[in-house]
Amino acid sequence: MSADLAIVGAGPAGMAAAVEAAKHGLSVVVLDDQPEPGGQIYRAIERAGPRLRTILGGEYAAGEALVRDFRAAGIDYRPDSAVWRLDAGARIAYSRNGTASTLTADRVLIATGAMERPVPIPGADRPGVMGAGAAQVLLKASGLVPAGRVVLAGAGPLLLLVGCQLLDAGADVAAVLETTAGGDYLDAAPALPRALAGWRDLAKGVAMKRRLKRAGVVFRSGVGGLAATGDSVRFDGGEIACDLLLLHEGVVPQTHLSRQAGLAHRWQTEQRHWAPVVDAAGRTAEETLIVAGDAAGIAGARAAALSGRIAARTAAGKEPAELAAALARERAMRPLLDRLFPPRTALPDDEAPVCRCESITAGDIRRAVRDGAMGPNQLKAFSRAGMGPCQGRMCGLAAAEIVADERGLPVEEVGSFRIRPPVKPLTLGELASMEGEAAEAEAL
Amino acid sequence: MFRRLPEREASITIEVDGAPVPAAPGDSVAAAMLAAGIAAFRHAPVDGGPRGPWCAMGVCFECLVEIDGEPNRQACMTTVREGLRVARRPAGARPKP
Repeated sequence: MSADLAIVGAGPAGMAAAVEAAKHGLSVVVLDDQPEPGGQIYRAIERAGPRLRTILGGEYAAGEALVRDFRAAGIDYRPDSAVWRLDAGARIAYSRNGTASTLTADRVLIATGAMERPVPIPGADRPGVMGAGAAQVLLKASGLVPAGRVVLAGAGPLLLLVGCQLLDAGADVAAVLETTAGGDYLDAAPALPRALAGWRDLAKGVAMKRRLKRAGVVFRSGVGGLAATGDSVRFDGGEIACDLLLLHEGVVPQTHLSRQAGLAHRWQTEQRHWAPVVDAAGRTAEETLIVAGDAAGIAGARAAALSGRIAARTAAGKEPAELAAALARERAMRPLLDRLFPPRTALPDDEAPVCRCESITAGDIRRAVRDGAMGPNQLKAFSRAGMGPCQGRMCGLAAAEIVADERGLPVEEVGSFRIRPPVKPLTLGELASMEGEAAEAEAL
Repeated sequence: MFRRLPEREASITIEVDGAPVPAAPGDSVAAAMLAAGIAAFRHAPVDGGPRGPWCAMGVCFECLVEIDGEPNRQACMTTVREGLRVARRPAGARPKP
């Protein structure tokens, strides 16, 4: 089958783009790997009861209107669909309920959103150590609340937000350990002029920090030497017992699909991640491929929805001027937030597991570079880093940074893992079940 | 390791290594297992160490289990249904070649 616009991802960018495109008369197909629309930010919003809504707050509940519009727009929405190949000819291969299919479209919008930046500290691969965002996903989707003592460690606004939400859900939050000095900026916040772009975010950060401190949560800034032991978290000058350690160092774009499709990516020095090269309407060097939302660069849910609408309207041949102005206002808040919560600059310790799939540490990667690995792709041959089932999603950023650091080169110059299809694991059974216009010979 | 808010009632049952595990409609297999106190989902094929979910959203592949006889399924990306059967891979079952 063929559509005017195929969208990969049903988070704020994908949903808003779908609604906007349908409004302009385009036929739209949306493929998403989750069972429900909303993405991670509005995960399971349709099922959230009153208690969860109170805990998760207004920014979560705000997603409900968008999900409702999306459901009502008569869009060909295919949940539980894992896209494993995208070609510039705007052909998509995906698996759904154990069956692989292809579809073509005039244009494909990549709206794959963000993922938490992996936090490679020693012991991070033990059970009982998770992303703070993962704990939030479990809370949203299943109402799960950590049962024992929780410590949150790392950096970024989500660390504080999840800390507060877990407190409200009745969890025993023992400590928040910030790896940056971000907390110090928050202390100074009330003195800053209210006219400053992003003041609202700043005030929110201050309020969250106060709430945690008032609840008796131990708060430390500038914490170094984090390591998970299994029943505690160690750091330079201390150790705190905990049953669950939640790590967080911000979110980064999910670029596997945009990379596999052959799009150019640029290293964002300040945020320390890759992002596809796009123009203001999400257009890329490939006429058929568009990227919107956090997949094109982290700007949050409101900006993601706006960028999705802009991309859809542009695809429909319409002028998105007033949306572009709204997006510019939304993005103006970002620089301050980025500066308040910079990702920590220290690279992982030698003992830290970087490639979890293949059990490769930062030290292993440094040795491989000294043995002659010039970049991430040679690193694969030297160490197997990036060759496990996650296909380098967990180690790609840190591996590139370590190689660059060892070689004394900018990350841009050493590059990233080459990403090949299938970008999601595919069984032979699924491949054999291939439906649609592509022959199985074309699949790989 | 996790408990459940009362508004998400566990009304169905899945099976993990032969034992019944309660689950709520809409749960991922990973959420149901974590709510039942299961922290280790598999053993890493290379170092043999116990592993559990890191991301809960399909990125990390640390929650791979056998589901209804099919190996290496992502527990966080599979929605529970009555009678679904999970088997964890025993330690050292698949050594690195």
